[in-house]
Amino acid sequence: MFIKFFYLLRNYGVPVSINEWMTLVEALSRGMAFSSLYGFYTLARSVLVKSETYYDRYDLAFQHYFYGIETPQELTERVMKWLEHALPPLRISPEERKQFQEWDLDELRRQLEERLREQKGEHHGGGNWIGTGGTSRFGHSGYNPAGIRIGGESVNKSAVKVAAERKYRGFRADETIGVRQFEVALRKLRQLSSKEEGPKEELDIDETIRETGDKGGLLQLVWTRGRKNTVKVLLIMDSGGSMMPYMRICSQLFTAMNRASHFKDLRFLYFHNCIYDYIYLDPTCRKSNSIKTKSFLQLFDPEYKVIFVGDASMAPSEMLMVNGAIDWDVMNEEPGIVWMKRIADHFDHCIWLNPIPSYYWDRTIGYYTIALIKEIFPMYELTLEGLEQGIKKLKVKR
Amino acid sequence: MPKVHTLFSGTDDYIASEDLQNSVNIAAALGRPLLIKGEPGTGKTMLARSIAKGLNKKLLIWNIKSTTKAKDGLYIYDTVQRLYDSQFGDHDVSDIRHYIKLGKLGEAFISPEQVVLLIDEIDKADIEFPNDLLWELDIMSFDIPETGETITAKHRPIVVITSNAEKELPDAFLRRCIFHYIEFPDEKMMSTIVNVHYPDLEKRLLDEALKAFYWVRSINGLQKKPSTSELLDWVQALTVGGISPEKIAKELPFLGVLLKKDRDFNAVLQRLHSQGTQKRTSAPGFMRNW
Repeated sequence: MFIKFFYLLRNYGVPVSINEWMTLVEALSRGMAFSSLYGFYTLARSVLVKSETYYDRYDLAFQHYFYGIETPQELTERVMKWLEHALPPLRISPEERKQFQEWDLDELRRQLEERLREQKGEHHGGGNWIGTGGTSRFGHSGYNPAGIRIGGESVNKSAVKVAAERKYRGFRADETIGVRQFEVALRKLRQLSSKEEGPKEELDIDETIRETGDKGGLLQLVWTRGRKNTVKVLLIMDSGGSMMPYMRICSQLFTAMNRASHFKDLRFLYFHNCIYDYIYLDPTCRKSNSIKTKSFLQLFDPEYKVIFVGDASMAPSEMLMVNGAIDWDVMNEEPGIVWMKRIADHFDHCIWLNPIPSYYWDRTIGYYTIALIKEIFPMYELTLEGLEQGIKKLKVKR
Repeated sequence: MPKVHTLFSGTDDYIASEDLQNSVNIAAALGRPLLIKGEPGTGKTMLARSIAKGLNKKLLIWNIKSTTKAKDGLYIYDTVQRLYDSQFGDHDVSDIRHYIKLGKLGEAFISPEQVVLLIDEIDKADIEFPNDLLWELDIMSFDIPETGETITAKHRPIVVITSNAEKELPDAFLRRCIFHYIEFPDEKMMSTIVNVHYPDLEKRLLDEALKAFYWVRSINGLQKKPSTSELLDWVQALTVGGISPEKIAKELPFLGVLLKKDRDFNAVLQRLHSQGTQKRTSAPGFMRNW
């Protein structure tokens, strides 16, 4: 039953498991969808979807399966004009709903096209023409469970239409994100400070009492590992001109990092397109406020988790040539790529966040250097999903 | 088909959307825990109270803290007391059962009638916490090795779990839950909610307050958007302060009730002075500014 819907959901990226599907089947067999499509919509969503970040994908899949099309733009515009003078919303009793139960999508589209051909102007109320109120299958504020709502507000919820509203779009994890969401994502770096590392130096009172009790009052001290956060983070940002379009998202990440109080140490460093002999302490990238990259590598031990933020897009010469640096006053005896590799070798955990969507990585202007850097550092999109994947990567040794 | 449950449909002091009612009833009928997420102040915790009240059942609340362990919900073996008692010899310490105290989950299991169990803010606890509860929530029974007893639920409790998305919950745990995300209420819903709390509120005051409230929420970059509970406080402050409805949108009196962060407070005031709560000034006013 609906098994195609199950696979469709998975295709749309909603992680549905067989367990959950069986639960849904059980619920359906108990009649819990209340024999309506909207009932099914909420039932299936609450059983199958376990995070609001997937609500939008669920909506899309639902729309795809139970509808198949969106109202074409040109149709909408023409019909919208007829709908401007609206009747008050029509509410329908459950008995009346029954009359409208059978419908067929192709038939519906055919009818809509037919009516578009025949209808000459506005029409409100009634049950046939495109208009407001009434029970026609086309228009808004009326009721027809198999109708096509064109503009207006949802009044009598029809599931396909609710799905089509896509109001959970803002929760999508792959959308570019705000400070708060970044913060929540960064909190996951806290997991790193697990009980698995470090010396046992805290007294475990419960266990001590239990052990002492077991030994009949003979004191037995039990030690446990503390739960302090040991995560140290270096955020190294590209502050070059090509990063200008991504200023906002970068500053959001910056704010979120700054606010995240749970790191043991957090440092910000900057570079322009590529790192050479010097690494900068402020975004203006002046030599007067910089340290030698060599001493930078001595200063920070390999335990620091390094997050690069940059578009990795530059002229290939900037990475591959001696004296290839984009800034006039910078001379580099070794090409940038050598320095990049050196950094990657020094630190145990590095990731690169790229504000350019991954879809464009192999076709944007900087595709060549993106590919080069991607070989050195694991690269992720600068989105919530990318950051989460990146953080996962930061937790395992390469 | 036999009707197993009385259906939950909100209570007179808690407005639940149709979706939410459905989710509650689905969870209750399937005997699965209901996991509730949503912005702060959307009434996640209140929901459990309302379910208990609406279905006329007892409510047990298990507040989760960062130090809470899964076992605390089942039972606590008070070893300290036992050790203590054994030193003075005035209690019979041979019977271990005297020192076993059931936790909230245990209490819910042995209750003679079905109860509503709220596990509040599950994401505060350790990351492994939800996994540690999987088995018990699944089969609704647990063993006490100290006494060899097995506690089995007489009636499957209706379990409501709230989360603030501070930590990711494990997949295995999620698979067993019914999930519902409480959306932030829209203006219409919100006015119903406010009316439930203040039935005698003047309509104009409420309209103006809501308008201003949603305007404040619509400002980008607020560190903490005001939520329902702040709106309720604000409406009360406005009423007590005897503010006339016309002034509300213009001056945003008692703004400190809505916004708790300095930066937000200043940002909103600045926005208010630069463009007012109307999205766009009408043409004549705009001309006058020139």
